[in-house]
Amino acid sequence: MKKKKFSAGIFWVYLLLSLWALTTIYPIIWVVQNSFKAKDKILADSFALPTGELFSLANYRKAFQNIDILGAYRNSIFISVMVALLVIVFAGMAAYALSRYRFRGSKMLYSFVVAGMMFPVFATIIPVFAMEFKWGIANTDNWWLTMLSVILPQVAGNLSFAIVVLSGYIKSLPLELEEAAYMEGCSAYQIYFKVVMPLTKPSFATVAIFAFLWSYNDLFTQMFFLKRPEMFGITTLLNQLTSQEGTNYGLMAAAVTLVAVPVIVVYIFLQKYIIRGMTAGAVKG
Amino acid sequence: MSSNIYRDKKPVFVFLIPAFLFMAVYLYYPFFRNIINSFRQIKQLGSPGIGWNNPWYANYVEMLYDDIVWISLKNTLIMMAVTILGQVGIAVVLALMVDNIRHGRQFYKTVFFFPIVISATALGLLFNLIFLYDKGMINQILESLGKTTLTDWKAEGIALVTMMLPVMWQYVGFYFVILVTGLNNIPDELYEAARIDGASTWQKVRYISIPLLHNVICTCCVLAVTGALKVFDLPWVMFPKGMPLKTTFLTGTYMYYHTTQTKNVDYGSALAVLIVVLGIVLSKVVNRIFKEKDY
Repeated sequence: MKKKKFSAGIFWVYLLLSLWALTTIYPIIWVVQNSFKAKDKILADSFALPTGELFSLANYRKAFQNIDILGAYRNSIFISVMVALLVIVFAGMAAYALSRYRFRGSKMLYSFVVAGMMFPVFATIIPVFAMEFKWGIANTDNWWLTMLSVILPQVAGNLSFAIVVLSGYIKSLPLELEEAAYMEGCSAYQIYFKVVMPLTKPSFATVAIFAFLWSYNDLFTQMFFLKRPEMFGITTLLNQLTSQEGTNYGLMAAAVTLVAVPVIVVYIFLQKYIIRGMTAGAVKG
Repeated sequence: MSSNIYRDKKPVFVFLIPAFLFMAVYLYYPFFRNIINSFRQIKQLGSPGIGWNNPWYANYVEMLYDDIVWISLKNTLIMMAVTILGQVGIAVVLALMVDNIRHGRQFYKTVFFFPIVISATALGLLFNLIFLYDKGMINQILESLGKTTLTDWKAEGIALVTMMLPVMWQYVGFYFVILVTGLNNIPDELYEAARIDGASTWQKVRYISIPLLHNVICTCCVLAVTGALKVFDLPWVMFPKGMPLKTTFLTGTYMYYHTTQTKNVDYGSALAVLIVVLGIVLSKVVNRIFKEKDY
């Protein structure tokens, strides 16, 4: 490949790659530019840029007046941050115990973890709802309890994956540092929190990003637990919006923009970690 | 592990209890409870039910005679074919192409992957606008190419295509990244040797890249099959309640429909059991077909 001239074959390769890139980028550009056009003009000539007469902020004004998009952001980010935190705390400890201690049944416990990845959320959601309803945390008008009712099942849904990825990483760490700490008189807990956890940081980041995005983008679980408008997360809000105002295309375009653009900005800065986080489970096999 | 640190086993339980308690309460118990629920009569989400079905397996008999179960099974199988052929297929082609260029690899990786980061719900809204009957993006493009009539992309017959294209499109980048990682693991010496022997680019792809990628492609296919069973958000946003005329249900959306809309919660549970069985059977089949090979 080194000193080949720019051949016709390579030209076609670039062309095809760029065509696919166009299908991923252009829809977003299209919806953003149309979100800045007045409701009645929006789709008349949808490929035109929103300049001059076409430009309007009416859709955004309506979006902020009619729907509580900031509230939805607050709820979603709170849920997802808590899910990511709890997952790394619980999964980290379990992964450490499973990869360092040898005890009877450790193999079996690990296979329970792996089997946990196979349970589709469809198969657990109804009993989980019934259970939380009986405890009085699901379907209440208390904000904290409602958030908790979503956080708990989402944590459980991510634990298996997180334990598998983290144990793989912890197993690859050298034992010498832990031994040194032990010589200094550290207990197992101190060794974990002061030696192992800091070393596992890259893997924790991967798992946290995966859990955060999974929870942030999930609609299914949230539809069961977030039923009141003031409790809506981003995905439940969008779903509600489609069924109520699906024909107000300007508002739809503005809502998509408000939801997608911040995520894209974050993605551009953190893409290395995000790509690693999302594909970690697959590459580990 | 020869070290003395881990002789004392007491801390093990402290480390393990939170995670395993969570999994027992939120995964294992509900999973088995759900199987029991599928034999009971439950009219209200959240209630334990009002007794057993008569006969106890009534839901499973009903499934056999429920046309929509068969439609949703058929759609789910089509979805799997689409994910294997469309997602993994396109991803293989794109990955092999990116592997053979020198400039812009990182750019393509970033751009191809990014739809995965956006929630399927938001993409559902986006594609609703793109496939709009009057002046959606697709119809406008077709119009400018000289087509005179508008296509109703949500009409019966074509609705399934409209639903599956975005799902396929979203995850191509995911398999692309996995495959590119696989290609990077192929040692350069092999290509070097082939070059000295006078192999063309196409021959290198055909006789080195593709055979050595075999196992990675298998992993992707297994993931695509299990992924297809989990598809829910985008179809539900674009085609709620299986519209038009309940022809676009997937097993997951049909399960949700019965659980929340028809007050037939126990039937929803039975459908969830069906999804589990389907998942186990199909991943066994896929593993059998794409057996891993050693080179």
